[in-house]
Amino acid sequence: MAKTTTAPRARAKAKGKTVAMTGNAGCALAMKQINPDVVAAYPITPQTTIVEEFANYVANGQVDTEYVNVESEHSAMSACIGASAAGARVMTTTSSQGLALMWEELSIASAMRLPIVMHNVNRALSGPINIHCDHSDSMGVRDMGWVQLFSETAQESYDNTIIAVKVAEKALLPVMVLHDGFITSHAIDRFDVLDDADVQKFVGEYKPKHALLNVDNPETFGPFAMPAFYYEQRKALRVALDAAKDIVLKVSKDYAKISGREYGLFEEYRLADANIAIVVLGSTAGTTKYVIDEAREKGVKVGMLKLRLFRPFPAAEIAAALSHLKAVAVMDRSDSIGALGGPVYMEVKAALYNSKKHPQIQGYVYGLGGRDTGPDQIETVIEDLKKIAGGKEAPREAVTLLGVKE
Amino acid sequence: MANIKELSRRPDLLSGGHRLCAGCGASIAVRQVLLGANAPVVAGCATGCLEVSTTPYPYTAWKTPFIHNAFENSAATISGVEAAYQALKRKGKIKKDIKFVAFGGDGGTYDIGLQSLSGAMERGHNMVYVCYDNGAYMNTGIQRSGATPFGAATTTSPAGKVRQGKPQQRKDLTQIMAAHNIPYVAQASISHWKDLVEKAEKAFAVDGPAFINVLSPCPRGWRTASDATVEIAKIAVQTGFWPLYEVEDGEWKLNFKPKELKPIVEFLKPQGRFKHLFKPENAHLLEEIQNQVNKNWEALKKRCGAE
Repeated sequence: MAKTTTAPRARAKAKGKTVAMTGNAGCALAMKQINPDVVAAYPITPQTTIVEEFANYVANGQVDTEYVNVESEHSAMSACIGASAAGARVMTTTSSQGLALMWEELSIASAMRLPIVMHNVNRALSGPINIHCDHSDSMGVRDMGWVQLFSETAQESYDNTIIAVKVAEKALLPVMVLHDGFITSHAIDRFDVLDDADVQKFVGEYKPKHALLNVDNPETFGPFAMPAFYYEQRKALRVALDAAKDIVLKVSKDYAKISGREYGLFEEYRLADANIAIVVLGSTAGTTKYVIDEAREKGVKVGMLKLRLFRPFPAAEIAAALSHLKAVAVMDRSDSIGALGGPVYMEVKAALYNSKKHPQIQGYVYGLGGRDTGPDQIETVIEDLKKIAGGKEAPREAVTLLGVKE
Repeated sequence: MANIKELSRRPDLLSGGHRLCAGCGASIAVRQVLLGANAPVVAGCATGCLEVSTTPYPYTAWKTPFIHNAFENSAATISGVEAAYQALKRKGKIKKDIKFVAFGGDGGTYDIGLQSLSGAMERGHNMVYVCYDNGAYMNTGIQRSGATPFGAATTTSPAGKVRQGKPQQRKDLTQIMAAHNIPYVAQASISHWKDLVEKAEKAFAVDGPAFINVLSPCPRGWRTASDATVEIAKIAVQTGFWPLYEVEDGEWKLNFKPKELKPIVEFLKPQGRFKHLFKPENAHLLEEIQNQVNKNWEALKKRCGAE
């Protein structure tokens, strides 16, 4: 099996430089270095600073991108679909309500096998309206046929944005890169960036097989598929998305060669010798690592699995990484209301069900609408896990809502 | 302007064998508009009769690059194609001059796609948007739209005991588009092929966005015979229901100015969708429609300086 751990800054052999900037600025910088043919985007908090920074790159002639200031997110994705089908390298960015407004188009983009790269800055879905972080926006579109790459830090977000371009073009699928609204998007972080030329060399030139602008070979995009054909096209999409897992690993490995930063499907943190663990994604992984280090000082054998690739869901690899544990807590920054628990919880639990040996699992929802998730909440999770692992308590049937006021 | 002989030599970019109904105005509109491109052209289309009937996978009637995305975003989609063209041309990856056209029915244009259309026109893409207006959501089975005329019976504005078809006036989309101050806006009809092809040529020739609203009768929805399509479209023009005009760089021009308009009943009478208006108790509605046509005609003439 391919390497599935992340070791950021493990081998600082890359060229480039260290910067201090926000996660959104890092994303805009990656977009500038990629220099896509077309960007069609619409502003929305907390994504806005990406479109602003990118507009500056356009205004100053630092990119030769055709920047389409659309009148809505629906038109943003519609224009991206048109531009990508035309044969251009295309990027966009959004958040929350914007992603929700694109919903119809997301499914069309993937079905048309268009390698569009979109940065979604995670923000809670209305209502009530809220501008702060949770993952309800991107989890709400998890079945749309897009590759979804979550980022813990500005470094990962920057790296994922560049990696996404190659993944998209190799898999012929759209890719969504995610980082946490305000926490990652607006906090200034210290991270390493590549030289423009290295990014350009890495992403290379995009040469589409099918393009509307190839007028000598007219093709029809987006035809009407009746029951005799629809099902097979959906099957083809499933096959393509499943195959994207290995492409993510391969491209990430290639990226490690130029950056010194290697990413897998997920990051295992102090997991190998652990007997209890927390599964988490996004910025809360940082807080979790801090709490794990403290608990380890006290002799608690706790580890973490931080998901990077959520779609396609690497079920077998996750099951293999967790099966030796006694108890696992799965933390969701979104709720799947009316279901057993959050989406990550359900997927992880399902992934482990057929394992010969599997841990007890408890689901948590946390941090909705930007509710602060401090070490104290993670500590309560570890306390729960200790009781479950020690046989003192059974996992709760109902999902536990961390940090909610009664 | 090419004469009919020259036009007959231009390639037909929408092949026969598509599944549109006999007598459908949409395919006539598309073929006339594409004749006006006279250059490589990428076409897009909103979800609707035209799209489903011309692209039943694995077949396509389009002999030119074509994209269908969804219902409300034909304009945004083609604006993206045009943006890609601008970028790739600037980078030297494309050498050819290519034209762009987005089609939509009245539902996809007047109603659900209006925002997408307005945005694309405001952004100044070098593209043509063509609305084939048949006055209702025909693909889903004749439901009323913002383009449905006052009094027309549709499946969502039926004539009944207390309602006499659509109670509202139709939206004047052509004038809304003229208010965008784009280089070229026109209203045309499939019955006046020379006028329409000329308008398409002008629309494709301008540098920037252009909009053409084409009256395209639907025999199913209008309840007319399938061989009466061109005739009823012609009467729409002659009665002033559908004036032919254009707005070129802000200059309004009436393209068809009869000495006297034919009475509107000549347009209404042959159509089953207006049948209920001819009951004696609805005479006042016919009068109301005639008054509205007269008022709109006078206002348009004034705007065009054609007193």
